[in-house]
This record gives sequence, structure tokens and C-alpha cells, in this order.
Amino acid sequence: MAQPEQQPERYTGETLPAWSLPAAASAEIGIGVEWPERVTRDWALGGSTGAGVRVCILDSGVQPDHPLVGALEGAVALRKTEDGEIVVEDDTEGDLCGHGTACAGIVRSIAPDCRLFSVRVLGAGFKGSGSVLLEGLRWAIGQGFDVVNMSLSTTKKHFSGLLHELADSAYFRRTVLVASAHNMPVESYPWRFSSVISVGSHEEADPLTFFYNPSPPVEFFGRGVNVEVAWIGGARIRSSGNSFATPHMSAICTLILAKHPELTPFQLKSVLYLTASNVGGANE
Amino acid sequence: MNDQNLQAAVSAGVMSAESEHRALLQSIVEVARAIFSARAASIFLHDEEADELVFEAVAGEGSDSLVGTRFPSSTGVAGWVLVTRQPLIIDDLEQDPRHARETAESTGYVPKAMMTVPLLHDERALGVLNVLDRSKEIEFSLGQMELLGLFANQAAIALDLLQRARHARAVLTQSGGDAGVIARIASALEGLDEEQREPVLRLLGALDDVLRADVSF
Repeated sequence: MAQPEQQPERYTGETLPAWSLPAAASAEIGIGVEWPERVTRDWALGGSTGAGVRVCILDSGVQPDHPLVGALEGAVALRKTEDGEIVVEDDTEGDLCGHGTACAGIVRSIAPDCRLFSVRVLGAGFKGSGSVLLEGLRWAIGQGFDVVNMSLSTTKKHFSGLLHELADSAYFRRTVLVASAHNMPVESYPWRFSSVISVGSHEEADPLTFFYNPSPPVEFFGRGVNVEVAWIGGARIRSSGNSFATPHMSAICTLILAKHPELTPFQLKSVLYLTASNVGGANE
Repeated sequence: MNDQNLQAAVSAGVMSAESEHRALLQSIVEVARAIFSARAASIFLHDEEADELVFEAVAGEGSDSLVGTRFPSSTGVAGWVLVTRQPLIIDDLEQDPRHARETAESTGYVPKAMMTVPLLHDERALGVLNVLDRSKEIEFSLGQMELLGLFANQAAIALDLLQRARHARAVLTQSGGDAGVIARIASALEGLDEEQREPVLRLLGALDDVLRADVSF
């Protein structure tokens, strides 16, 4: 399958000195997009189908021909060789356990015209290693995806530093990491980092209902209870958990970015806040 | 005998017996079963060396026969939960490809619904807690998941204690006579009342002084 293309050209700030803003340069950073006085759901994502936004499912792979998933634009798998090197290869096996297919199906159901890619970091028997997860994330950030869905986390503390660096680098490179909070009160990563959009579950049935949490570290709650999801073998199952709330939020980010491609992760998070179901602009 | 083994030997002398840890695990599965009005509840320990899941405690269906039964660690829903370290609630197991039906049949009881939660302690997944066929009147909610998580915390602590006790006893067995003497002394000391203990501690204190002395005669 084809490798993802490079990201379309966007303002990166690379022409400016890193740490200061000379007077003559202030005009160069004009954003040029005016937000309405009141940011509403309709302004943020009304009419959007996610067209053109490149979404990466960093998971167990994705079954490409599943009716709930549709076409994939690219799929790779990371593998640890016998001498410990981690290699990125075209993925010819799809999904080995169903989890990634479920996430991809949810994103597709809400943002039907997005461009889906799969990066497989979990192997058969749902097994994965922290180092493969790290390299998969590094690779995905390098590809400049607009949104990376991470319905997974690691409890291994010694990976947290590197994951934190990667999460920050994604944030500054305009790749939005949407990361699943653990379903139990345990420390795991990368969802605890403020540079990602962290997601827990709510119990409502509307896929576009989401809440801002004023008591982080979990920042948003998406639909995560009793969700019908795609599974391997063309199956559909009902399942609950933050793993499924996360692609709901990834899809909402995708809808917003399709309509407002200029948004940085910081701005996107602000729009999410302003249009959350428990905040002002949700129903307008 | 190194420091760690010595500590393990002393621990083996004073720690509760394995049967007491098992009783704690058993009470956890019984309460979990009662709270969710379930047909059964069980705790699997992950035997890392053999990479297998072992029934350590069972309440309800299978309680008289399953303790000690083993499966490969990647089996079914429990295997999924152990590896992903995330709880999973499935209300229609027959439709779920993660369900290991044949394994369930081999236990003599095939559940229709399952709530499974990992037992996490520090960075390790020690095992899983299962609640099978909870009352149909209890609909799934995030509150149920939280309640299950609370039981899981308790079970993880109990499982950790059980593993420590087993490790301590294994060290004792492997290191032979020296550790056995220390374990017996620690155990006997633990059993003394305050009046009896005081002179023994004085004697041990004197022994400690002699052993630590830089100058001896």
C-alpha cells in the first residue's frame, strides 16, 4: 500500500528567529483568520465531512475492506527484528486483533471523507512493546498526519520522558495527538501530557456530544459506552471504554480541521473547549 | 545469603500463611459476586514464568473445582485484558471474537456476559478479576466500571502479598538451613507476648552488637 504523502504546505514559523519577534516581522505572523465573536458548533464543524484531513490510527492495524472502515490510503507495520532493530514495513496483514479496526470505523462514521492511514504497533494476541509504540509514534509524527488516534497507553515509566518529547514535538508540528486515558485510576502515558488531547468516556449515545473536563488530567469526554464498532472478519460488536471514546474525539477534531485547516493544536483545543456540550457554543 | 534473601527469609517467618492470603482473595471474589448479583466471580494470577493464567480464587460456578487450573496467558477476554491493561465489559460473549468458548467449555461453565478488569500493581499486571453473568437488572454504566476498578485495586494488593509470600518461601526453600533458622527465629519472635519478647530481643541485640563489632576478642 502507498506510503502517506508529505503534509501540504502550511505556515511553520521556520522563517522567524526561534526565540523572539523583531518589530519588522510582526506583520509576517498575521493569522488572517477571524474567529466569530461567539464560536459555535456550526462555525466549528457544521457541514464538515472531514474531507482531506489525514488521520492516522496508531493501533493494532486496520482491516482495510471492512464495510464500516472503507478505503485506507496507507498502512504500515512496525516490527522488531531479531537483532532488536525496529523496522517500518508495508502492512500486508491488516488487523490482528480488531481494536484498530474498531477505532478506524468510528472515525469513518463521523468524518466519512477523511483520509485514513494505519500504523500497526500492536501485534497478534494484542501484544506490543513500549519501544515499538514509541517508534510508531515517531514515524507518524514524521509523516505530518493532521490527527493521530492513540487508543492505547503504556504504564512503563521509563518510556514517559521520550513519549513526552514526542508529544511536544507533534504539538509544535501541528499534528494533533488524541490519546485515550486509562480506564482505571493508574498512571500511564501519553494521555497525561498537556500537549495531547486526552479522552475519557461519557455515557450518552450521541456521537457528537463531548464534554470539557474542568478537572484534568483528562481534558475531554467522548462517547464511550455501548458503542457498535467494526471488528475483524467483517464483524460488528458492542463495546465500551475510553478506547472507543478517543476516536470519537479524533473524528470531531477531523471535522473541525477540515473546515479550519489553519488551526494549531492549541487553537483546536480552544475550539473544542468553546464548543463542548457543557460550554457555551455547543448547540448553536 | 545476600541481603534480599535474608529479608525474604525473615518475611517468610513473619508473613501470614498462604492460606490467609487465599482467604482474602476468596472474600474479594465473593463480595464482587454478591455486589453484582453475578453467577460467578474469579481471580486469575499471571504466572510470568510459565506465561499462563492460573485460577487463584473462584466464587459461584466452578468454585469447587477450578482453583489451580491453568490456561495460556493470551486466552480469551482475560488474555486481552491482561495485555491491554484495560477493563472490558462484554454483554454478549457469543458474538465476541475475543471470547474463548472452548476454554470456557472446558471449565464446565460458559458465561453469556463478562466484566473483566486487570489487577495492576506498580508497573505490573499481576492478573485479572472476572465477574461472570451479572444480574440482568444491572445495566452497564461507568459507575459499574468504577466499582469494579475498586475491587481490582483490593485484589491487586492481595495478589501482590500472595506473590511476596510465595517468593519468600521459595527463597527459604532454596537457601537451605541458614535462612530456615532465621525464619524460625523471626516467626517464633512474632508469636511471643511482650513479656517473653523483651529478653529475647535483648539477647538478639547483644548478638547484633557482636556481629557488627569492628574489634573482637
